Parts: sequence; structure tokens; C-alpha cells
Amino acid sequence: MVERRPLLTFIQHAVLIFGAAMFVFPIYLAFVASTHTAAEISGGVPLLPGSEMIRNYSLVLGEGISAAGAPPLWIMLMNSTIMALSITIGKIAISLLSAFAVVYFKFPFRMLAFWTIFVTLMLPVEVRILPTYEVVAQLGMLNSYAGLSIPLIASATATFLFRQFFMTVPDQLTEAARIDGAGPMKFFRDILLPLSRTNLAALFVILFIYGWNQYLWPLLVTTDESYYTIVMGIQRMANAGEETPQWHLIMATAILALLPPVVVILFMQRLFVRGLVEVEK
Amino acid sequence: MSNIQIDNVRKTYPGGIDAIRGISLDIADGEFCVLVGPSGCGKSTLLRMIAGLETVTDGTVSIGGRVVNDLEPAERDIAMVFQNYALYPHMTVYGNMAYGLKNRGVPKDKIKVMVDEAAATLGLSEFLTRKPGQLSGGQRQRVAMGRAIVRQPQAFLFDEPLSNLDAKLRLKTRVEIRDLQQRLGTTSIYVTHDQMEAMTLADQLVVLNEGAIEQVGSPIDVYNRPASVFVAEFIGSPPMNLMPGHIDETGLVTPAGVVEAPSGVRHGDVTIGIRPEHLHPVSDGPLRLKVRVVEHLGASANAHGTVPGQKVEMIASLTGAALPKPGETLGMAVAAENLHLFDPETGWRLH
Repeated sequence: MVERRPLLTFIQHAVLIFGAAMFVFPIYLAFVASTHTAAEISGGVPLLPGSEMIRNYSLVLGEGISAAGAPPLWIMLMNSTIMALSITIGKIAISLLSAFAVVYFKFPFRMLAFWTIFVTLMLPVEVRILPTYEVVAQLGMLNSYAGLSIPLIASATATFLFRQFFMTVPDQLTEAARIDGAGPMKFFRDILLPLSRTNLAALFVILFIYGWNQYLWPLLVTTDESYYTIVMGIQRMANAGEETPQWHLIMATAILALLPPVVVILFMQRLFVRGLVEVEK
Repeated sequence: MSNIQIDNVRKTYPGGIDAIRGISLDIADGEFCVLVGPSGCGKSTLLRMIAGLETVTDGTVSIGGRVVNDLEPAERDIAMVFQNYALYPHMTVYGNMAYGLKNRGVPKDKIKVMVDEAAATLGLSEFLTRKPGQLSGGQRQRVAMGRAIVRQPQAFLFDEPLSNLDAKLRLKTRVEIRDLQQRLGTTSIYVTHDQMEAMTLADQLVVLNEGAIEQVGSPIDVYNRPASVFVAEFIGSPPMNLMPGHIDETGLVTPAGVVEAPSGVRHGDVTIGIRPEHLHPVSDGPLRLKVRVVEHLGASANAHGTVPGQKVEMIASLTGAALPKPGETLGMAVAAENLHLFDPETGWRLH
């Protein structure tokens, strides 16, 4: 589209800049708050960063806010990372394999299996949270990484997405691989997986953020501080009983909690943009 | 020895649909066999059964004297070229050609030698590091061929490999395929719906119709003596003229006039077949054609028209300078040995 209308260009940019500012401003505010002392921000957050950045961040990372019953931040970050990665990798592995089975193999009750998976799409985690808690408690998985991640691994969405993708792979490719002597698992590894690369990258981002942002479930299954995740940690700090919430430290925690998902997006984005740009097939 | 024997093979799909209704066929070592027929005649199904991509309901398929009914496609020592090439989009040309060898556990250095050799044969050497997405249609087709020849299988199976190419490239690739097959001497089965491809490529031409063989023979035999009305209509371009007629004491009575009947045919109703090129203009000839359209093809011309006063369509292929104009009535004659007579009920050849 070739258009030369300076006013239109100006309005477009103004709208975009305003929109971007709307999104960035709260994060900027959190960052500014995390660089001041508690006293400085008690009356309202100033607009420019202060001088307490290093002290605040090393405090939350190293010692944690003991008064609020939160462990050092690096433990919570690690817990969150472990949980988010287990959920992501587990979900992708299971849904890839189940979609592969549903699309490429004929077995009794195949469609029933698929529809069962599909129907669970309609049930959010919160609906089945009590029975799930009961099962996890009976299995003795409270306060463990397994308890944090396994119940969230089953995924209908990813299974459904991979199924739809596999069905677009031409049959003749499967047949060519059979003639080339590739068994089912070899075909899966050598051909289906590389072709799904773009989908994998996109799903990885979505699922990692899904896992990272889990709040209710970690809150229920962990009572031991060493298994706290960062998202629930922030909440505990804010509700620190009788004491005044230490907002400058909470903001520092929030900023740190933002970083891993951003890193994942930046890294994976390169991968799936390349996948989209490369014209294949 | 890598002859292919198909013995009374049947294919019935669930639901009782007979796709292949008992086909027996012998393909000699090094022979180029073309299966031709309209869509839905079962030619692709038959090829896929030989490849092992489709199960055999009844009968046996043997390759090189070995019954392969229950073998996986990879164990049958065949290679297949697909209509849409089915190249692995994420692998380079080299990777595509090497994949089958790698799966068979051929050592890496040997794979390199074999791929390089096959690539050189097909003129693909400079494209080995590219991906299929960066190649033209003709080049992709050659890669698909390369993937087939690199393994030096006992047989090549082609499933309409030229139908995705444009007309000019199709002609060129057709010659290349024939040339390659003659040099390698590999038994080949080729499926097509294009009678021109079938005629030009085949040592043995198999015309299929509704899951059964209509006629087997060399292309020229099939052309000269079509076994049925179906074959007569299918093979040859422009198609054979067919019209009702009957034989009595006067000779062969056609809607366009009475001509001399070929010997040895009983009196009664017949379906008459005359190839357009066997009609030659004779001003007082027994056959009349009212010309409607004349197509100039350069070397020859096709005169399309009807028999005066009747609905029967006729095409005459004419050579020479004196071409008729639309609206004229052309007198034509045909030699008795060039008449094809078929049973009007069953469609089979009468003589």
C-alpha cells in the first residue's frame, strides 16, 4: 500500500505510542518503586529511579523478606522455573505423542480417546481442583515438585493443536518415509518433529507462561517455604499480616518475576518468526 | 532377476467396494509397464498394492520371484515417485536422497558416493545443499527421481509423476524418464491417465477399466487392434470415431454410407470404429462428412463434423493443402483393413 498522508502517519504513530506507553507505564512504575527505600515511596511513587536499587535487589535475592514468611527470592525463582519447565515439557511431550497416536494409528476406541481429551478442554483447572487436591494428597505429593507440576501436565489444547497440524501433513510424505524404511518412531522423530518446529516454539512460549503464572494450585499444594513459587510469593509478601507491606521489595520481586518469561519469549520468538518466514512445502 | 508377477489380485474396501476385481499381470525384468485408465479405474490402487502401501485382499504379488504380500514397503526393495513428489521439506536435496540409505544402515562415506553419483546422473549436483522449497517444479521432480534411483532398487513405481508439470516440461521429463530407465534397465511400473504418456513410454501397455484389465499389449498393438470399444475410445488422439451400423449382403452399412465389410464377420448389428487418420478424402467416397470446425495443427488438420442428416459426430485427420471449409460436405473413404468392428452389446472386438 502506497500512501503519503503525513497527518495519517502522525495519528497512527501517536496511537501506537500512546498504546505502548499504557502497557509500559505500570512496569516502569514498579521498577522505579523498586529503587527507593520504603519511606521514600510511602507517600507516592516518584517518577525517577532512586539510589537503592542494588541494596533492594540483593536483599530480596539473598535473604528474602523473613518478616513476610517468604524465602530468599532465588529459591522461589528456581521453584517457578522448575515448575514452569516441567509443565511445558511434560505437556508438549504428552500431547505430541497422543496426537501422533490419534492421527497415525488405528486402534479400538481411537475417536473415543480423542473426544475424551477434547471434552476436558471445556473444564478449567479450578473446576477439578478439589478432587485433584485429594488425589495428590493421597499420593503424598504435597510439597514436592511432582505435586506442583504433574496435575497440570495433561493438556487438551496442545493435543488438539498437534492433531490439527499432523492432519495437514500430506499422506504421501508418510508413505515416502515408509518406502524409505522409516518405522513409525523414526518417522515421528525425523520428519514430524522437524516439521512441527514452529508450532513447538509457539506452544513452548504459551505453556511456559501458563506454568509460570500458576497461582491457585501452588498456593494449595505447598505449605513448605522451600517449595513456594514466585507468583504466590509476591502475594504472601503483600499480605504480610500485621506489618506494613514493604512495597519497594515487593516491586523488586515483581520485576524479577517478569524476567524469565520475557527471556523465553525473546528466545523462542526468533525461532518461530524464522519458521513463519521460511516458505516451506 | 526382478520381474513382477501379479496373480489374481483383488482389493475389496470395507463396505464391499471392489476396487480391483482379479488382475493377473506379468512384467518382465527391465520392462517398462504403463497402467492407464480413467480416474477411478483402480490403477493407483494396484500400484499402491505393489508398493505395499495398500493391503492385498486376495491373490499374490511377487517381486523377483519372492511373494511380498505381507512385507513392509521398505522390505520390498522398490522405490516410488509420487505425484506431488513428497519430498521432505525440512531436509536438503542431499538429505532427501540419503534418508532411505541412512535408514538401511549404509555407511556414511558410501552414502556420499551413491548420492553424488545419482545427483550427477540427474544433473542435481549443484543443488545438493538446497531445500525443496528453493527448487522449481521440474527440479523437485528430478529430486524425487533421484531419491528413487539412489537406492538401486529392483523396481521403480511411478504414480502420475508428470501431472504437476507444465506441458513443455512434461514432454522433456517424459523423454528423460524413458532414457534413464533404459540406461538403468530397472523394471518399472508407471501409472497415468494420459494416453499420450502411456503410448510413448510403455513397453507393455495395460488398459484398466473399473478394476479389471481391458487389454494388455505393446502400445502399437493396442492402438492397431483395440480389444474393446472402451480401449478404442481411450487410446488415440483425436479419439476413434464410433458409430452404429450393421453388416448384410451389400457390405457394411454405416450412417455415412455403405463400405466394403472386412472379411470373416457375421451379419448383424455392429459398432464401427474408424481412426480419424484412416479417413482420407475421395470426392465420390462412400462416407459423407458435413464439416463444422477445422482445427489446423500445422502438420495436419482435424475436420470435426457430423454425418449429413444424422446426429453421429465424426472427426477426420487430414494432411495436405486442400483442406475443407466449414459448411462443406466432404466425401471420404476408408480401407476395409482399417475398420474396427465391435459387438454393440458387450463392446468387445468382433474380429
